[in-house]
Formats: sequence, C-alpha cells, structure tokens
Amino acid sequence: MSMAEQTTQSAPLAIKLTDIHKYFGPVRANRGASLEVARGEIHALVGENGAGKSTLMRVLSGMYAPDGGRMEVNGRDVTDWSTADAIAAGLGMVHQHFMLVPTLTVAENMMLGRERTRGARLDLARAERETAELSAKTGLTVRPQAVVADLSVGEAQRVEILKTLYRGAKILVLDEPTAVLSPPEIDELWTVLRGMRARGETIVLITHKLDEVMAISDSITVMRHGRTVDQLRTGATNPAEIAKAMVGRDVRLAMEFVVGEQGGGPQDVVHRASRLPATPLLEIRDLTVEDARRLTAVHGVSFSVEPGEILGIAGVEGNGQTELIEAIAGLRDVRGGTIAVAGRDVTRASVKARGDAGLSHIPEDRHARGLVLDYSVAENLILGQQHRFTRGARLDQDAIRANAARQIAAFDIRPAEPARAVRALSGGNQQKVVIAREMHRAFQVLLAAQPTRGVDVGAIELIHERLREARGAGKAVLLVSADLAEILALSDRVAVMYGGRLAAILPRAEATVEILGRHMTGAAVKGAHAA
Amino acid sequence: MTSLKGVGSWRTSVEEAVLPAVVALLVAAVVGDVLILTFGQNPGAVYRLLFEGTWGNAYGIGQVLYKTTTLTFTGLAVAMGLRAGLFNIGAESQLAAGGFAAALVGLILPAGLPALATLPVYILAAALGGGAVGALPGALKAKFGAHEVITTIMLNFIVLALLNYLTVSYLKIEGTLHTAEIHAGALPRLSDFIAAFHGSAANVVLFLAVATALVAWWFLFRTRVGFELRATGLQPLAAEYGAVKVTSVWWRAMALSGAIAGIGGLNFVLGYKHYYEESFASGAGFLGIAVAIVGRNNPIGVVLAALVFATISQGGLAVNAVVPKQIVDVLQAVVIIAVAASVPGVRAALRKARASTASSSVAAHTHSTEEATA
Amino acid sequence: MILLAFLVQTLRIAIPYLFAASGGVISERAGLIGLGLEGYMLGGAFCGALASYYSGSPWIGLIGAGTGGAALALLYALTAIKYRADQVVVGIAVNLLVIGATRFFLRLAFHSSANSPRVPGFGSEQSGTGVLSLVANPLVWLGVIAVAGTAWLLYRTPFGLRVRAVGEHPAAAVTVGVPVTRVRYTAAALSGVLAALGGAYLALDQHQFSAEMTAGRGFIALAATIFGRWDPVRAALACLLFAAAETLQIQLQGSQAIPSQFVEMIPYALTIIALAGVVGRAVPPAALGRVAE
Repeated sequence: MSMAEQTTQSAPLAIKLTDIHKYFGPVRANRGASLEVARGEIHALVGENGAGKSTLMRVLSGMYAPDGGRMEVNGRDVTDWSTADAIAAGLGMVHQHFMLVPTLTVAENMMLGRERTRGARLDLARAERETAELSAKTGLTVRPQAVVADLSVGEAQRVEILKTLYRGAKILVLDEPTAVLSPPEIDELWTVLRGMRARGETIVLITHKLDEVMAISDSITVMRHGRTVDQLRTGATNPAEIAKAMVGRDVRLAMEFVVGEQGGGPQDVVHRASRLPATPLLEIRDLTVEDARRLTAVHGVSFSVEPGEILGIAGVEGNGQTELIEAIAGLRDVRGGTIAVAGRDVTRASVKARGDAGLSHIPEDRHARGLVLDYSVAENLILGQQHRFTRGARLDQDAIRANAARQIAAFDIRPAEPARAVRALSGGNQQKVVIAREMHRAFQVLLAAQPTRGVDVGAIELIHERLREARGAGKAVLLVSADLAEILALSDRVAVMYGGRLAAILPRAEATVEILGRHMTGAAVKGAHAA
Repeated sequence: MTSLKGVGSWRTSVEEAVLPAVVALLVAAVVGDVLILTFGQNPGAVYRLLFEGTWGNAYGIGQVLYKTTTLTFTGLAVAMGLRAGLFNIGAESQLAAGGFAAALVGLILPAGLPALATLPVYILAAALGGGAVGALPGALKAKFGAHEVITTIMLNFIVLALLNYLTVSYLKIEGTLHTAEIHAGALPRLSDFIAAFHGSAANVVLFLAVATALVAWWFLFRTRVGFELRATGLQPLAAEYGAVKVTSVWWRAMALSGAIAGIGGLNFVLGYKHYYEESFASGAGFLGIAVAIVGRNNPIGVVLAALVFATISQGGLAVNAVVPKQIVDVLQAVVIIAVAASVPGVRAALRKARASTASSSVAAHTHSTEEATA
Repeated sequence: MILLAFLVQTLRIAIPYLFAASGGVISERAGLIGLGLEGYMLGGAFCGALASYYSGSPWIGLIGAGTGGAALALLYALTAIKYRADQVVVGIAVNLLVIGATRFFLRLAFHSSANSPRVPGFGSEQSGTGVLSLVANPLVWLGVIAVAGTAWLLYRTPFGLRVRAVGEHPAAAVTVGVPVTRVRYTAAALSGVLAALGGAYLALDQHQFSAEMTAGRGFIALAATIFGRWDPVRAALACLLFAAAETLQIQLQGSQAIPSQFVEMIPYALTIIALAGVVGRAVPPAALGRVAE
C-alpha cells in the first residue's frame, strides 16, 4: 500500500494517478508520472519548468487523454474521461492563465456553460446571489457585478476558484496560483485553502516555490523530466531535500564539471581580481519596467557587467527576467532608470542603434522573436544586421552567402544548407543559427536568455564553449537561465531575480545550490509568510 | 518563399502555391458543369466556346491581355500589402484615384508632347493618387491600430463618391460620364503594331504591368526594404527584434500598395480610352484580391493568376449567347472560396510531410515542447 | 408634417439596415467577421422575390429569403470554421458569388439579366408612401422587433451569453463546456436570416428584384455595426443616423446645398473616425476573425 493510502486507512484516495505517459509526437511530456492525493489534504506538486506538472494535471482534468497509465478519482477508474465528466465529478482546475471572459461580469463568468434561467431568460440575479453566498461561505471575496477586466489579479483568481466551487468542485487543482499574487493576497489564499481542507475538500497545488510548499502543504510529489521522482510528507522534509530532488543529479554533475575544470572558476576570479578595474560594458541603474498588463515587472534594478565576465541571473521564470532582457534589448519601453552599453546611454535608443553600439541578443523565444521561420538559414543569419549587407538598395547576395558559409561552419549548423527554410531545422540547430548570428560578429555585450532551451546535449556543449570564449575575449555576457546547473557552470557572478528585484548578487564561489535555491524561492525574503 | 534558391525549399514553395489553385479550378469546373446543365447546355460545348472566345482568336487574346494588365496591377497591390501582413481591400478606389490623377495631368499637359517624356509624369501622378488613398489606412493602422480591412473598405466608398462628385460636377463632358480626351502623350494600342489585335483594348501599358511585376519581385526578394517588409508580414515580433520599425513598414507598404494600384489606372485612362470614366475600375479591386490569393502573393504568380482570371472574365462575354455571362462571376467566386479554404489545409499537410522527412523529427520536438510545457 | 414625412422616409430607408446590422452584431459578437452581409442581403432579396413570385404570397417569400440567407451564411461559416479559411477573403467572395449567381438565375428563371417581373409584396397601392404604408408593412414591424430581439437574445439569454463569451475568449468558453462550434454556426445562420430579411424588404417593397439592388447596403450595415460598437441598440441608432442622412440628401436634392456624394460618404467616414478612436475607441470582440483558440 502506498504511503497516502496507509494514512487514510480504508478511504479511497481522492486522486490516484499511476504511471501516466503522455506524448506529443516525439516529446515525452509525462513518462511514468504518478500522483497520490488523499481526501481532505493539501498536496503540492513540485518540479522545475518542463518537468511535466501542468501536462499531468491537464491529463487529470480530461483535457488530454493519457497514452499510458491509469487514473482513479475517489476510487473510480476515470482514465478516459472528458473535461465535462471531470467537472461533473467535482474536479475543478484553476489555470495559470485565467480562463475568464474579460468583458463579462463575475456572475456571468460564473454561470457560463451552466446558465441559470427563468424560462428562456437568463436569471442574472440568481447567479449574482449564488455568487455572493458562495463568496461569503468560502471567504473568497468577489464582487458579483464587477466586470472581469476591472478586477485585480488577486480578485480574478478568486473568481476562478469560485467558478470551480460553483460547479460543485470537491477536488481543486491550482496551477502556480501565487505567481501573480502579492504576499498579503497569498496569505488570504492560504486561509481560504485551509478552510476548504477543513470542509473535507482536496487541493492539489502546482508550484515551484518551496517556502509555500512548506507553509501550506501536507504532502509533496516531486516531478522531474516527466516522471515522479519522490513522494514526501511535508512535516518530514525540508526545502533543501526537496530542491535536490527537483534538480537532481544534474547539479552535482555541473558542480563536478566546474570544480574539475582547469582555468575556470575560482582561479579565474583570482586572475581578475589582480587586474585594474575596468569600465563596465553593461551598466543598468534603477531600471523599472512594466509588463503587458501595465504592472511593474522590474523594480528599480541595478547591476553592471564587466568586460571578460559572465553574470548569470538565476531564477524561476516569471520573476521579471523576460521584461528586464526585453528592456535592455530595446523591445520594451523603460519606465525609469538607465541602460548603458560600452559607455553609451541606450535607454531610449532603437534596436538598430543598440546593435550598432555593440549589443547582441539571444532571445529566450527563438520562435517568436529570434527567427523568421519561413526565411532561409542565410536570411536568418543576417536578421537585425541586414543594413550591413547592402549594396545600395540591394541586398548583397554574395556577402550574405559568404556570411552564411562562415557561420554555418563555425557553429556546425546542420544541415549545412544556407537556402533551407529554418523551420525545417531541429531546435538545436535553430538555436545555433541564432547564436551564430549574435556571436559570430563584432559585439561588446551579449544578452543570452535561456540559450540552451530545447537544445540537444551536443549543441549545449558547443554553446557553452562559445560563451566561455566570449568571456575570454573580453566581452560582457549577461546570462539569464532557468537552468540552475547552467548558471553555475558558466557564471563568474550569480544574481537571483525574485519578484522583479535582484535578491542577491554573489561571486560564483559563494553561490551554492542551497543559497541560490533559497533566494529563488523567496525563502530568504525578509518577512516571508510562515506556516 | 525564400530568395536564395535551394532546390528543396523552392520545390516545396511551388507545391504549396500551386496545389490550392489547381484544386480550386477543379472545384470551379464542377460547379460550372452544374450551372451549365441547369441552363440545358452542354458543358463541353460551353467550355470550348469560352476557349475559342479568349485564346482562339486575336481579338479575344487582345481583350484578355487588356484585362490581365489591370488585374496584374491590382493583384500586385494586394499582394504587396499581404506580404507586409496587411489586407488592402481598397484597390478599386486606389486604381480609380490613380487613373483620375493621370487624367487631370493629361488635361494640364500641353498637347503634342512625346509619350516618352510624359509617361514618367503620368506614372508619378497615378502613383501619387493611388498612394495617397493607400497611405491613409496605413497611417491609421500605424497610429491607432485601426484594422485596415474595414478602413480600406470604407475609404473605397468615400473615394469613389468623391471622384464621382468631381467628375460629374466639374470635369465631365456633357452627356457622358467621362472627362475630356487627353492629347498629350496618350499611349498606343497593341493594334497599332499588330494588326491582328484590331478592335481590342490591349495597349502598351501591358508591358508596364509586366515590368512592374518584375520590379516588385526584385523589390521583395532582392532589396533590404523588401526583406524587412516580408519579415514584418511573416512575424512582426521577429521583425521588431530584427531592427525593423514595424509601424513604419505598415504605412509605407500600404502607400506602396496603393501606388501600384494607382499606376494600373493608366491602362484604361492612357492606353485605352484616353480619358477618365466613371466606374472604369469597377470590380478590379475584388478581383485583384482573388488574383493575389491565387497567385500566392508572388509577383510572377500574380501575373499568371491575372491571366487566368482575365481569361475567365473575357470568356464570360464569349459564352453570353449560350449561358449567362455571370456564370464566370460565380466561377471566380468559387475559385476564391476554394483556394481560401484549401490553403490552411495544404499548408498544414505539407508542413507535416516536411517535418517527418527532414533529418529532424526533432523539429516537431521543439514545437511540441513549447506546447507540452505551456 | 414635413417632419413626419422626414421620419417616415428615414424609417423606410433604415429598415434594411436594421435587419442587416442586427445580423452583423450577432455574427461579429460570436467572432465571425460580417463581410458577407451584403451577399446575404442580396441573396435574400432574390430568394424572397423568387419565392413570393412562385407562391403568390409574400410570407412564403420571407421564408424563402430566410432560407437563402441562412444557406449562404452557413457556407461562409463552414469554410471559416471547418477549413480555417481567411474570413475576409471568403466574405468578399460570397458577395461576388451572390452578385453573379443572382443575375445568372435571374436569366434562368425570368429570361432577363436585369429585373424580375412584378412580385407580390406587402401592402397595396392604396397605402401610398405615408405613415400608413409603414404601419401596414409587417416587415417594418419585424425590423424593429429584430433589433429588440437581437438585444434581448444577446443580453438576456444563455445563447447570447455564450455568443459573447465565444467572441471574446473562446478558450475560456471551451473550459466550461460551451459547444463553441455550434454557437458559431448558429450565430452565422441567424445573421444570414436577418440580413436576408433586410434584402427581402427591399425586393418586396419595390415589388421586384433588380440586379445588385442592395447597392452596398450590407456594407453600410457593417459600418453601423462597428459605429454602434457591436451593440444592437447602438447599431440600430447608427442605422437611423445613416438613413436620416440619406433622407436629408434626398430632400435637399433640389437645393443642391450638399452634393449627394458627400452625404453618401457619411456612414463610411463616421466608421473610420470611430475606428481611429477620435470619439472614444471602437474595440471589436477580441476573438473576431480568429477561429483557432
């Protein structure tokens, strides 16, 4: 019998997922994922980005059909059910990206799909009344007549949760619910969840924030690379143990690699310390940037990157790194503060001007930003630099071809066909195109955002090598990565972004997994909410 | 479509381009059969009549070439807009405005000037006329995000009404709906060189159309500005990353699109009737959309598609005695619908085929990784 | 009494717009671009005339019109939803299709490519052109009911709530089990029927179908939809505004104060201004034109 089953004796588990497999083509999002949640408990499902947590929950909620494995809810086999079945059985899912219609009111969103009617008419009054009653009963304060577009993020989330309860949910799955909440709102959420637990309802919380896991959950399932690697009772574990299970062997590997490397790591630091201080190539002062919703995503951040240095910014995605990089690259307006590249103020400069000043940018989303997928490899290799490959109004085809040949060879891009559409290349080779373009030219500062995401191991090696070469050549590299191992393997200094601020900047020698983990998960934040 | 011709990518883009058009023509043929039969006629006989009336005699060929000329311009205009990601529905008013501007210039220029000297002036006038009409929706989109589909449709009506007012109130010759005849630099008809074309409207603006198509091709695929324009249409986010000012591209592309349509006005005003006439542009805007869609937004494809649609148009007149000529309007509409319906499916199917045969089923991997970890 | 004549004339002109704009609102609110309205209207005029002629009853004519309009709209919806075709392209193509097909079948049925023979309509010669003619014409009442009915449908019924959800955030609707595809097809069919009734009004009022008799009214209805910010009542007011301008121009025809062409421009110019946000922003339904979530 499993641990969870032992604790609740004969009562069936609220959720029992056994050995779930889910593939998307060749991608194995879930391969042997399991989950056991007892009734009336708050269960945390943790793992890094890409571990397969969201996929598993979508399988559970009926959005996807599993390719293998078995699902049981309250003792019943539900392996092939639909979203409608799941809703009817009392399973409610609160998504990370809200599924609320912005132009409708709270009450209208509540009853969408299960409309309350009087004859043929909508009974809006009844829906509003029921919403108010449910809101009072659960402590989730919402205004039934407010239009969703006017709600604060916290309020919108409460509506999302209420929506599931309105449909009779007894098992609630929340996907990264605190990603968009402020600390007081998080405390409110905990109060609500505890109230639900007291009423015998079951809650699964998908999160990467270990301080929250410790604060609110009863038991924990850890996933990594699509499978379940550990099942723990919260009372019997600690964040360090959980973090290790989340990140796994990789970190140890990276650390071995770094420690055993000649000429890297601590020795390097010693060398640099004996040099005269140089003017930073990238200087950020008090930078404030808003996100798409006009909320502040970067709060007055300051740092600089010296020549011959890699500054790695660690942190879980969604803590402002995207907005920070976009602002430096010129793709997002700055609300306050300054950006200087090689001594030149580029705070309001165009993308082209920043490129001319010596800035290169490997974007985190190569499909949306970094490549024009229907253009050829050669054309993508001049994207952003096309004004340097002209002869009058014409594009200089010879120069473009020559450039392509050089870069394809230097970065081993396969297939080595400059005319092939980039869409047909593998992810790793697509990324190599981006990196070849950004690095195989004169630059002073390189912004590298998630440079090895979705890239095969061989290409990762090559990319890391090139980044080190850039450092050796006296360039400044700002590395942003959600892969802690990568940050540790490459950086001279490590910073952590949490909640739009730099939680710490440490020399590499002082940056251990434990310390970084605490900063990344907010546990080191003063006044962090306790259990 | 890529500019550097590698065998693999060129073949697949041709596939993607031609398949929907072929499918569409087949569907149209079936619909045509049904309609012809309801009229109690023999489909085979009607199609033969259509062919004979278009490519079977010199006059027919001349008429087809004349219509091809106008459709090439409007098709290129729409294609240029679509390449930048913009839908220009206003080609008809841009065409009319261009013709009108040329007619005005023609009334001002002293008679007897040689065509070679006046032609550049006419082209410029027509381009400015059409370009102005195209630039407005472009600017509205750049500044306010106003969707160009609606603004170009609305502006169509406004501009045509305005031109009607100007013509009727000030410029028309009594008893007609056209302006005075131009005597400065009017262009010759093809029949002036090749007697066989006698009576047909085909004129030397045809060569201007082909030249414009070639220039458009060169512009799109060989210049830096064209490179940036196409990138904007394919992936505005990536273009912005690639140092392109996307809003600027938008209004410039619309202006260029309007200018091309405007130059098309020379076909009627300078090459055929030598005056501006009410409704000369009628229908050319929508058919231009059809030509651009079927021609897959490629200038060479546009010329070929223009030939097809011009043939069908002219063919209607040829079969009118037997079957109402409106059958071709129906067939043209069917072709457009069929192409529009098949393009997404064809593209998806070809992409799937390419992804599995390429040395990278891992290409699908990356794509799905984003989906799976969303 | 000049004012009364003015109002009567305005309402007469507005009725087709009221029908078509109501249809446009439903369609666009559900996320389907309403470029085919002109085609549905013309098709409705033809089918209405045809059905009325052969049956002798204008009521049968209305049924014929509605059927024709629904069929056209469903064709459009099929290509847009099932085949993911570009809605703008298909909308325009449907208009071209109807223009050609109506003339074609006009010749087939009546051996004329311009006009049909006289067709039974509502009201008789005696009603004249005054208030009486309006009151006696059931389609006038139906037009007003169409506006009220559309508003009621959109804001007071479950179907209307679902339409509004599907046009703004289809993914959200999917997650709560709303049958999004069915909602879209139904909305399309309704828009086709309504626009077709607008066309039928024209044909039955003139007791004849003439080729291309809608003359762009479908686009004016679309302009009213947009200018009315996709709200049935506001769109109806816009229709009345545009109709009033037309009436004014007709009345002023003799005095030549404002050239008719400029009055013609008014609906279109107002729509462009609305889109440019000069008088507040006209924000379309967020999922308009996109079928894939």
